[in-house]
Amino acid sequence: MSTMLKYQERELKIVGTRPLRPDGVDKVTGRARFGADYNLPGQLIGKVLRSPHAHARIKSIDTSAAQALPGVKAVVTRDDFAEMPDEYAAVGELMINFRDVTRNMMAREKVLYDGHPLAAVAAVSEAVAREALALIKVEYEVLPHVIDVVEAMQPGAPLLHENQYTAGVKPKPDRPSNVAKRLEYARGDLAAGFNEADLIVEREFNTKPVHQGYIEPQACLASCSEDGQAELWTSTQGHFIVRAQCAKVLQMDVSKIRVTPTEIGGGFGGKNNIYSEALAIALSRKSHRPVKMVMTREEVFRATGPTSGANVKVRIGCTRDGKITAAEAELNFQAGAFPGSSVNQASMCAFTRYDLANVRVVGNDVTVNRPKVAAYRAPGAPIAVFGVESVIDEMAKKLGIDPIEFRLKNAAREGTQTYYGPKLGPIGYIQTLEQARAHPHYSAPLGPNQGRGIATGFWFNIGNETTCSLNLQEDGTLTLMLGTIDVAGGSRASMAMMVAEELGIEFESVRPFVGDTSTLGFNFLTAGSRGTFASGMACVIASRQVIEKLRQRVAKIREVPLEAVAWKDGHARPAGGNVAQFAPMSLAEIAKMAGKTGGTIAGHAEINAQGAGPGFGTHIVDVEVDKQTGSVKILRYTVVQDVGKAIHPAYVEGQLQGGAVQGIGWALNEEYVYGDDGVLQNPGFLDYRVPVASDLPFIDTVIVEVPNPNHPYGVRGCGEVPIIPPLAAIANAIENAIGLRLCQLPFSPPRVLKAIDDAAAAKG
Amino acid sequence: MARHHVSATVNGDGVEFLCETGQTLLEALRDELRLTGTKEGCGTGDCGACSVMVDGRLVCSCLMLAVEAEGKSIQTIEGMAVGETLHPLQRKFIEHAALQCGICTPGILIAARSLLARNPNPTESEVRYWLAGNLCRCTGYHKIVEAVLDAAREMRGG
Amino acid sequence: MARIALASNLAPYTDGVLELELEVANVRQLFQALGERFPELRAHLEAGLAVAIDGEIYQDALLQPIAHDSEVILITKIAGG
Repeated sequence: MSTMLKYQERELKIVGTRPLRPDGVDKVTGRARFGADYNLPGQLIGKVLRSPHAHARIKSIDTSAAQALPGVKAVVTRDDFAEMPDEYAAVGELMINFRDVTRNMMAREKVLYDGHPLAAVAAVSEAVAREALALIKVEYEVLPHVIDVVEAMQPGAPLLHENQYTAGVKPKPDRPSNVAKRLEYARGDLAAGFNEADLIVEREFNTKPVHQGYIEPQACLASCSEDGQAELWTSTQGHFIVRAQCAKVLQMDVSKIRVTPTEIGGGFGGKNNIYSEALAIALSRKSHRPVKMVMTREEVFRATGPTSGANVKVRIGCTRDGKITAAEAELNFQAGAFPGSSVNQASMCAFTRYDLANVRVVGNDVTVNRPKVAAYRAPGAPIAVFGVESVIDEMAKKLGIDPIEFRLKNAAREGTQTYYGPKLGPIGYIQTLEQARAHPHYSAPLGPNQGRGIATGFWFNIGNETTCSLNLQEDGTLTLMLGTIDVAGGSRASMAMMVAEELGIEFESVRPFVGDTSTLGFNFLTAGSRGTFASGMACVIASRQVIEKLRQRVAKIREVPLEAVAWKDGHARPAGGNVAQFAPMSLAEIAKMAGKTGGTIAGHAEINAQGAGPGFGTHIVDVEVDKQTGSVKILRYTVVQDVGKAIHPAYVEGQLQGGAVQGIGWALNEEYVYGDDGVLQNPGFLDYRVPVASDLPFIDTVIVEVPNPNHPYGVRGCGEVPIIPPLAAIANAIENAIGLRLCQLPFSPPRVLKAIDDAAAAKG
Repeated sequence: MARHHVSATVNGDGVEFLCETGQTLLEALRDELRLTGTKEGCGTGDCGACSVMVDGRLVCSCLMLAVEAEGKSIQTIEGMAVGETLHPLQRKFIEHAALQCGICTPGILIAARSLLARNPNPTESEVRYWLAGNLCRCTGYHKIVEAVLDAAREMRGG
Repeated sequence: MARIALASNLAPYTDGVLELELEVANVRQLFQALGERFPELRAHLEAGLAVAIDGEIYQDALLQPIAHDSEVILITKIAGG
């Protein structure tokens, strides 16, 4: 593909070093503006009325009293939004069913979860807005609800969608079901494989929904003018996606909405979708004033997109030497109120770390009365891998084989055919296993009630549509306009580093910015570990375009043939050999003359980045279990991961550490607790317990670099893999510590204590 | 409902603002004084993103009513740098990449500074427990703790 | 004729046919040909399937050429979080 650039090994001056990020000062002084930090004169405050029921038919909504309240300037309900057809429409590369999007944004026939929006108001103050919400009269017909995925799959369970028949089943079922879709991957001869096995281990696992836990609640500010144009500031991972979704549900031209992404205070997949944005635009349109909508923490938990809770069954067979002969898994995932969990990706990730001839994975996408699932860092994979890596560990232990050795015996490598389709290219899985084994952590001594566990993870990583524009300013510095949102601070710096490396100039000469939707062509959202890979590719392409133009310009200015001009270390220089000589020109000198010699010099790229390289990681964790309280303490944690190339090692380390800690929280404490009434009982950080500084040790990181052949610097994504191994690694460490195999997440003190007590009772 | 008039000192400057009875100090700082460096992460005192100093005491500003600020001296993140000179903690956070998205950073810097004011030579454990009230979802706290310990070292003259 | 394989999860939409040969010059033609042959697959093709051509994975690359002796595998697209 002509626009894609292959890896070239070379000497690097800037890539791989640790310069200071360009947006750092604003972030440590409080100057940086996040979603809720924007204000416009005359703005109104928007608030959402949310369902108190997990499942109910909406019989009527009466907003008249709210509309009449002084200070209320606009009210919207389902009547203000068009019906959308039940079909998938392309939004960039995502296929989205807008019938579901518009209903998740504002309920139409039914409310399907505690927190489901029904109406929204815009008023002169928050106090008036809240008062207005209380005046909206809704008549509900409360219906039975179901949240547990296994319960929801049973015939006779309360049904969310009367027209939902399980897709992927032949012949088409004659009854509707909460199972929206069934999928199956199969290869080889499973029965024969299990027949060959000397040992078969079969286990069932259950996980609870967890939230991405970003510290910044969703926030947006919309301002519409009378000619139908809209400006929107929002905290999001994908401003082009926000624009596209809003345009569709509001039936506006895409170019009439200008979305400016604010700094984003965490997303992790949870800010890939619209929640209040279209409501704010609609309210602004109606009230003729800007409307600001900021979610409370409670709303974030109740009504954004926690990940699936799931039921997972895993069965693996192997020879007594530890060679896997057959593996199968069934993954039953909550999708939430509308179909579309990540069960497919989970199915593809479950066993990919191993070279298997006989595999079967069945996945079920199940609608239940809780918020619609949104992506969460390597969506689906941590859940599937929790089950698989736990069973692998159990098998290794039963056979007396070292857990890393067991995995090495079965490891996928370059050329391994995955069971979901293609062969793997060059990968670093084995390297991560070997480096983990060689790490001092792996052989450090352990004390009483302490245990060690390892687990591994794989994620595909993606590329997708990416745009950027690189402009040489009159003084020789460059502005780099990026379409990819910088979620974690390293990406702006890394892009500038790659440009500086290409051009042979100082890092500080390149100023990166993230542009709003009017500045560049469509750019996919920041997810899938694509930022440094795809945006980096685009920046390198733009840089090389600029170099070409510089050479051409200098050839004209110096009146020499193009072949005589080389670009080196930020200067145009004679190419050497027998070519024409000329006085070199610096970037600043060329820039000063640019306007008078043809115009500004710029480069740009609009690509669909292909060739993302998969990432693999191996984690080692030591825990100590307090048998009196059931509390599990993390003593030591090491992450070993192949990232292809660490453009800025400190930010790569940050991804590995941050992802691992999210996994630790998922393993030890985080869970959604629903009451019998289907209402969320813990929508706050007190009772939804994420890891705090005192829960954790330092997280050691080992960066492995097996270059991705499809990226000029060898970059693979790195952000998602680290959240995958911790769940099983910790389960395996607990088993190693106290001899109990825990299969229900999270391993919170009451659960661990119960397991200890049950085991003691069984013995006694 | 009539609003209340409050006079206070913020980052050394005398300020005045009007507020509702039920408005928190956090809301007054952000919405009345337009000092948006202090963040709301939860509104219930669980995340620490709204940390400020009130008369020398570390406080979650979402748990304090705006009217209670009358006559008090408040310090927010906007007052941490002196002119162009960043506080050592601010510098070390950038050097150590102790921030990713940055939303928790103002609260953590305020909290860390108050720790070092009372304990200039904290252990790793003391730093972790002091910061246990400040949630960060991006970093896993590793580089934050490193940055605080390094800033403490520099401030001690080490 | 390029050798086309489909990931096993697509079996319900192709009546179990997972391997075939087609004369197609690029991904777009491939999708058209498959859509004609397997009507139930059309929705998935429009949603977009990723395509591995001789080992390299492409997503949303309709004009990507397919050589007459290429090995092509269709798989579900990946997103992320």
